[in-house]
Amino acid sequence: MPELKLNQAPAHVRHGSNMGQPLTRRDGVLKVTGAAPYAADSKVEGLLHAVLAVSTIARGRVTHLDVAAAKAHPGVVDVMTPENRPALAEDPDAKTNPFMFRLDLLQNDRVRYPNQPIAVVIADTLEAATEGAALLAPRYETEPARAGLDTEGRFSPNTVGVGNPAEASHGDVEAGLAGAAKRVEATYETPAQYHNAMEPHAIVAHFEGDRLTVDTPSQGLAMAQGRLAGLFGMDPKNILVRSPFLGGGFGSKGFIAGPQILGVLAAKLTGRPVKLVLRREHMYGPVGHRAPTRQTLRLATDGDGALQALHHHTLTASSTFDDFFEPASDIAHTLYASPAIRTSHEAVRVDSGTPLFMRAPGEATGSIALESAIDEMAEACGMDPLEFRLKNYAEIEPLSGKPFSSKALRECYRQGAERFGWSKRSLAPRQMRDADGLLVGYGMGTATFPALMFQANAKAIIKRDGTGVVESGTHDMGQGAWTAFAQVAADSLGLDIEQIEYRAGRSDLPDAGIAGGSAHTATAGTAIHRAGAAVIAKLAALATENPDSPLYGAGNAGVIAREGRLHRRDDESRSETFAAILDRAGLDQIEESGAAATDPAAAGAYAMHAHGAVFAEVKVDPDFGQIRATRLVGAFAAGRIINPKLVRSQLFGGMIWGVSFALHEHAAVDHRTGRVMNPNLGEYHIPVNADVPALEAITVDEHDPHVNDLGVKGVGEIGITGSAGAVANAVWHATGVRVRNFPITLDQLIG
Amino acid sequence: MNRFEYLRPATAADAVAAAAQPGAAYLAAGTNLLDLMKGGIARPDTLVDITRLPGLDTVETLPDGSTRIGALVRNARLAHDAGFARRYPAVAEALLSGASPQLRNAATAGGNLLQRTRCTYFYDTASACNKRQPGSGCDALHGDNRLHAVLGWSERCIATHPSDFCVPLAALDAVVETHGPAGPREIPLEAFHLLPGDAPERETVLQPGELILAVRLPPQAAEFAAHSRYLKVRERTSYAFAVASAAAALRMEGDRVAEARIALGGVALKPWRAREAEALLAGQKPDAALFRRAADAALADARPSAPANAFKIELARRIVARALTLAAAGTPNRIPALPASPFAHQTGGAHHA
Amino acid sequence: MSSPLTLTVNGVQRRFDLDDPRVTLLDLLRERLDLTGTKKGCDRGQCGACTILVDGQRINSCLALAISHDGADILTIEGVAHGDALHPVQAAFIQHDGFQCGFCTPGQIMSAIGLIREGQAGDDPERVREGMSGNLCRCGAYAGITEAVLEAHHTLNRKAEQAA
Ligand SMILES: Cc1cc2nc3c(=O)[nH]c(=O)nc-3n(C[C@H](O)[C@H](O)[C@H](O)COP(=O)(O)OP(=O)(O)OC[C@H]3O[C@@H](n4cnc5c(N)ncnc54)[C@H](O)[C@@H]3O)c2cc1C
Ligand code: SF4
Ligand code: FES
Ligand code: FES
Repeated sequence: MPELKLNQAPAHVRHGSNMGQPLTRRDGVLKVTGAAPYAADSKVEGLLHAVLAVSTIARGRVTHLDVAAAKAHPGVVDVMTPENRPALAEDPDAKTNPFMFRLDLLQNDRVRYPNQPIAVVIADTLEAATEGAALLAPRYETEPARAGLDTEGRFSPNTVGVGNPAEASHGDVEAGLAGAAKRVEATYETPAQYHNAMEPHAIVAHFEGDRLTVDTPSQGLAMAQGRLAGLFGMDPKNILVRSPFLGGGFGSKGFIAGPQILGVLAAKLTGRPVKLVLRREHMYGPVGHRAPTRQTLRLATDGDGALQALHHHTLTASSTFDDFFEPASDIAHTLYASPAIRTSHEAVRVDSGTPLFMRAPGEATGSIALESAIDEMAEACGMDPLEFRLKNYAEIEPLSGKPFSSKALRECYRQGAERFGWSKRSLAPRQMRDADGLLVGYGMGTATFPALMFQANAKAIIKRDGTGVVESGTHDMGQGAWTAFAQVAADSLGLDIEQIEYRAGRSDLPDAGIAGGSAHTATAGTAIHRAGAAVIAKLAALATENPDSPLYGAGNAGVIAREGRLHRRDDESRSETFAAILDRAGLDQIEESGAAATDPAAAGAYAMHAHGAVFAEVKVDPDFGQIRATRLVGAFAAGRIINPKLVRSQLFGGMIWGVSFALHEHAAVDHRTGRVMNPNLGEYHIPVNADVPALEAITVDEHDPHVNDLGVKGVGEIGITGSAGAVANAVWHATGVRVRNFPITLDQLIG
Repeated sequence: MNRFEYLRPATAADAVAAAAQPGAAYLAAGTNLLDLMKGGIARPDTLVDITRLPGLDTVETLPDGSTRIGALVRNARLAHDAGFARRYPAVAEALLSGASPQLRNAATAGGNLLQRTRCTYFYDTASACNKRQPGSGCDALHGDNRLHAVLGWSERCIATHPSDFCVPLAALDAVVETHGPAGPREIPLEAFHLLPGDAPERETVLQPGELILAVRLPPQAAEFAAHSRYLKVRERTSYAFAVASAAAALRMEGDRVAEARIALGGVALKPWRAREAEALLAGQKPDAALFRRAADAALADARPSAPANAFKIELARRIVARALTLAAAGTPNRIPALPASPFAHQTGGAHHA
Repeated sequence: MSSPLTLTVNGVQRRFDLDDPRVTLLDLLRERLDLTGTKKGCDRGQCGACTILVDGQRINSCLALAISHDGADILTIEGVAHGDALHPVQAAFIQHDGFQCGFCTPGQIMSAIGLIREGQAGDDPERVREGMSGNLCRCGAYAGITEAVLEAHHTLNRKAEQAA
């Protein structure tokens, strides 16, 4: 059994009231006045503009670039091609760890996917650089493109996602299927999707002597710094990466991408500061995407609707030159109880950029298929989808057999269903209409996402004036890092939030790891919490060991930090301000560090996941098949909520991604050329405001003593899981038509 | 975007002279032209900015009762012109279903007529496209063509015209007033856009340099005001082009249709007037069966340009039938919150399965 | 070849010589006037991040040539607040958490100001949603945005009534 951290009262506790409060964003004013600095807003004297030229073929060689024409264009300063690209200290194709992705940095004339950077044009103005790139008019030696999941050469990857086994099972699935009363087998397809953060990847790179400063959006500052150091053969200390605000990341800014590094190379080539901002169409290749999948689900139940077997098989695609395999089947490890479960993955290699983590990688993709299949199974059993899910509720994690560290999913089902009005649902499809005659459908899905911990560090300082400073190189990509971490920091120091300065978003602060896996608040939050605890302990020692302090001798009883004072725990009337303690000690400030990482004991003993239940209402025009997701209610149990306002926004965002997954987004890949034909925001649809008229997110109380000190599970990705399936199931319920090829388009409903 | 010479002529005559030169193009708001220039699809040498030309930005009622929309009248201004919207509600509804509020604030009437297809292969300069580069082929023919044409297409080009505005204009017999090197002329909107045939690069009957001055709606067009709708099926609730659309306008006499007007959008390389369907309705008592027959007639010549877009034929029939049903039920007092959308709340429960 | 250009930007008249007719209003603001609050999400009229008011009307500044707007009156996100006093739309966005990453936010706010001025949506949430549909938000802050616009509409109406 792991330690029960929250139950063991440490000798010195901090007492705060910041966590749990729905504070508005501390960076709100910056964001609503246009003053929040994003990378492309950075100004440096003498800045040049760089624009990529990208390949229009999927495979082959660049045989000619009209560099002369580009250079002749007024304002063009230089053209960077494989011939003059500055040398790198490390091969961009080297891969020494699974978190290192191969990059296209003009290392040769090969083209291995559409929209691969093949040159960079650098000019005095953006207009000149843009036209210079067009004037390069590349010629190619073209080889046939390999595109689509039917490409030859299927194989079983060694691992999927981040080192997960490609195959896993418990029990005998084939026997379960053979002996069952009811069976469902269905195949679902999900398309390639692109992160499409509103902020295109951008970099402003600036060398000063042997120092490099880059402004670039990053979900992993220290990793970006390390990658740059490796490639440029520099001491990481001489590289400063600044990313106070990301205009969205969703995984695409987890690793510094090739185009960003090309911006640095352009600065090196020209000896001038360079700004490189991707055009939207350039984001459909070198900065990652969610891989397409074809998922086959085989399910079977006994006569009572209890699952007897569940096989989730995924065929996905990676690039020809690197490995990322969408772990879509893994969702089946945790969700539903079954005596026999098997998950498996196969893959093909296609001429595309390397796929990457995209908001709920694997979970989102797998969830829409599994939740659809579960609905199909419920239907086969003649059962209400909620009743069916409750019947197959997993009391322990089905695949591993581990107990859950906490799991308030039943309560999510109950509260969500009640709030939504699930009981009014007809069992049979195509029964419900609104006053205008539109078909109405109700659908549901179970949401789940692992409660992960990575690694993070933080530093906490108490200053002589009694205020605090907390530093951690965390990342705000919209989840509200500036606010939530300040809340944790304030509580950890027993200070009002206005009394602390929170510093983040730079690589010269303590390494906060990565903002991903919905683990940033949990991990960096824990590090901050521990740093605060440590500095409070240090402060307490100064007081309790000094006979002049009213707290003298309180060492064993302990003290409580509150509102800038330490109080004796057994006699709160005896207290002293932070300032007085430091003053007496003659110290300007004291500081301590904190670190957080996975607790292997807890991770070994428990299955740790956030859960939720999403209920969706859709309306479908009976004649046209046009669909609108008119109402979504999600109930989520995700441990402790640091800031309900921010959490609501995160959950809504995820739920909208679920709507988008089910109904809107897909890259239209022309299989003849491997090219995405809708590389923009006009034709690559994501929901607009009118697509999501009513959302509601309930957070269900959940106390989890195992996940981390704070009891936080993370809410960044769970919203998309469950929601996508709920919408898909609602479309079926509205129409009676089961579409298994996502997104659900109107032609599939009426065709 | 290539470098170009920028001219801002003071008179229409100067503009026509400048724009008649090879490589010149008119610039109105630029919401289509600049987009095409940024994509390298259009590379004009000279932009002739017409936004300051006098007299082109008004909506006037002429003595004969017709309405003249200046070529520079912004889409939003026209749609929100109360008098105009009352007389031509389907036109206003079509305008408000197009693009976004920001784009409609900029986009001009003339520019809307001349906006070019949204065929993704046309937009992609690495693809073969007869329209963009005559004789190069048509990559859409065997490509991603789910939303391509089902009427009036040729093997040379299967694209559609994306305008919403033009659809009710075609139904209502609008006339385009132009001024070209050869002087002024008038062109019925129905004859303004060209079907692809063998020369998809020829998109309209305009001669080089010919300037649109106005679009005119004849006096009869207002007689349909009480029974006019535009209906647009989309793959997103708003800010999306039509998969297919229809304008339907009825002039009722008692409980009978005296005269009907029907046009379709998103199905062909021009707004598609359905005269046979209109004829079928004249003098009849409206009911669902009649509307369905009219819809069948409207799509009688339809043929998928690829298997993937076959669904659009039946979809378009249903849209026509529904648009007629909605028109028969009467023009709503106010344009619905979701203009032209199937999700606009309908009065009278006109839906049928 | 350069062309003189006069614009009133956030109430201040500015003259320049524009050396390149290709410059859009968006790039003029961002790259030449250091007004980087206005954002570029697509550069093709497909996202609304670049929304500004030109002569009181919201438009996409990425599809507007600067040279064609000689003499125009331009309002950007930087000119919306009065000193430290936020515009009611800005305040409502904070209150209702009408953003996450904040990248679409300047465009959303300018669009909301334009929408309220247009006076077509009133306090009808469906009209507000439709009227704000020219502004994509990949973070999915739409619920907060709609709430914020509705609240700002009421605040501005009350102010107008008090003034009258
Ligand atoms: C993201 C997006 C979504 C859109 N969605 C829709 C939609 O759903 N429905 C819809 O209907 N439209 C839609 N549009 C298109 C929009 O309506 C057009 O871009 C707009 O109407 C063009 O008007 P403009 O004034 O900007 O024309 P410009 O771009 O200035 O000009 C367009 C063309 O017309 C020529 N031209 C302009 N005026 C004249 C004239 N008076 N005489 C001769 N030639 C002239 C120009 O030379 C140019 O070739 C969308 C556009 C975008 C960018
Ligand atoms: S359909 Fe027409 S516009 Fe599209 S590629 Fe073919 S020729 Fe070009
Ligand atoms: S940047 Fe102008 S609309 Fe996207
Ligand atoms: S707040 Fe991030 S895109 Fe809208």
